[in-house]
Amino acid sequence: MNTVLSDLSATAPITATVIVALLLVVVHSFTREFKTGLYWMTLGGIFIGIYLGVVTFHHTGYAFNNMLMIGGFASLMDIFFLSAAAFTILLSRPYLERTGGHYGEYYPMILFATIGMMTLATATDLIMTFIGLEVMSVTLYVLAGWTRKVKESNEAALKYFLLGAFATGFLLYGIALIYGASGTTNLVGISENMEALKGNLIFIAGCGLLLIGLAFKVAAVPFHLWVPDVYDGSPTSVSAFMSTGAKGAAFAALALIFSVKFEFTNSQVNTVIALLAVISMVLGNVVAIAQTSIKRMLAYSSIAHAGYMLIGMVAGTEIGVSAILFYIVAYMLTNLGAFGVVSIFEKENRKNLDIEDYAGLARRRPVLAALMAVFMFSLAGIPPLAGFFGKYYLFLAAVESGYTWLAIVGVAASLVSVYYYLRVVVLMYFHDQSSEEPVLLPASGMVSLGLSAAGIFLFGILPSLLINTFRGLF
Amino acid sequence: MLSINYYLILSAVLFTIGVVGVLTRRNAILIFMCIELMLNSVNLTLVAFSAYLGNVEGQVLVFFVMAVAAAEAAVGLAIVLALFRNHVTVNLDEINILKW
Repeated sequence: MNTVLSDLSATAPITATVIVALLLVVVHSFTREFKTGLYWMTLGGIFIGIYLGVVTFHHTGYAFNNMLMIGGFASLMDIFFLSAAAFTILLSRPYLERTGGHYGEYYPMILFATIGMMTLATATDLIMTFIGLEVMSVTLYVLAGWTRKVKESNEAALKYFLLGAFATGFLLYGIALIYGASGTTNLVGISENMEALKGNLIFIAGCGLLLIGLAFKVAAVPFHLWVPDVYDGSPTSVSAFMSTGAKGAAFAALALIFSVKFEFTNSQVNTVIALLAVISMVLGNVVAIAQTSIKRMLAYSSIAHAGYMLIGMVAGTEIGVSAILFYIVAYMLTNLGAFGVVSIFEKENRKNLDIEDYAGLARRRPVLAALMAVFMFSLAGIPPLAGFFGKYYLFLAAVESGYTWLAIVGVAASLVSVYYYLRVVVLMYFHDQSSEEPVLLPASGMVSLGLSAAGIFLFGILPSLLINTFRGLF
Repeated sequence: MLSINYYLILSAVLFTIGVVGVLTRRNAILIFMCIELMLNSVNLTLVAFSAYLGNVEGQVLVFFVMAVAAAEAAVGLAIVLALFRNHVTVNLDEINILKW
């Protein structure tokens, strides 16, 4: 009993979020018209979670019989995903009130998805990885179809659900084979027997299937087919959360399993990951150029960014993993901001979603246009923004571990990407405005965008704040 | 006492049938049933390994898989229902508003 209590307090950020989420469900079932209260309770819960993440930072180790990591890496992950949830909540409320679908259940659903992300990112047992992934995915299936009267949203939810469940099948088969080969599902236990397992065909097949399952969640080519449709059809605030939190959590799990615990660096698995990285970067960036819808453009850019992060996986070791973690943070701030601007600019009935609609935004709403420009520059990787240092650390890790060709492909791909990111900026600043319709700027949404932009500048000017912390983690 | 290979081959065959079903069928409900077949073939693998290794972790995972599959079924059928109300079809070839 005492160990359970001490484990629960060691994983305090997750425990607190679970309690708040369940409380929200109960409160909502009694008072249907209490949405403002739910909104503030959610934000309060998230701040408690972040605070507990800070408090538990120095107490590192494992909890629940080596099933979850605690402290250090885990605390940082908890803080990141909770922050992403807070930004999403701030963006969501005005967006959902405007476009319909502001139901109270939205807030606990976001928290449940966050719980899934935190579990997935910090799991050191494949059972926990599976549960975390599923808690995250199942809630995101619901959130993708949140606006249930919108046909596009229905379609997005169905595609995400069918393909997501299909990928889960592969992931699970991979876990079963790894279990069969090693006799345990615990990553700590498996990593102790790594030498004996490296030549085992069942183990390698299991790792391949596990890689497929996670590559689907991070949206790497050739497992990317759902991404454009789902990001396009889902409510924009949900796309923002999916493209940052879910991707970040899956990447943290990938890095933790393959680079830290299995130490797969310099093996055949690396060649496969390098190949995935190259086709993701090339295909994502090239197809993004052809897009006319801003959400689809951001979806293909998200595929390309998965490619960049896979470079860090190939490089492996401490530099590679810390570079991935830095990129996750930079990408989270930037993409939450970019999708946030899209959600503020979007009109009822899916209007204002074309890139052309952004023409002349700088004259109508200079602040919104300036923020969008910051996010686009950061996605393109232009200094002194966080996106630049994210790419810099990834390519540096590739060069230092002998994959110079991969870094060259990455630089070339990001040069291509500058074209379609800057097209948005050029349209906003140097073209005549397409309509006179007023764009309302909701206060909470602007707070979220402002915080994202501040974070991008902070980690762009002082990247050592973050990267040194990450390098000391493993 | 059958050798573990028979169980593994059976579950691999079931898994493949599930994968082929997902790739060839066009009805959302049938695809979902094929996915369930995949999950259950994995359960068979897990139970076989668990008995073979004489360790209980595999069977623990089976229970979690069943619980998750039930949650997925609830959410999935709800999504199919919401979709059917708007589109009046569950044939994936006719559900194609989103494309580039």
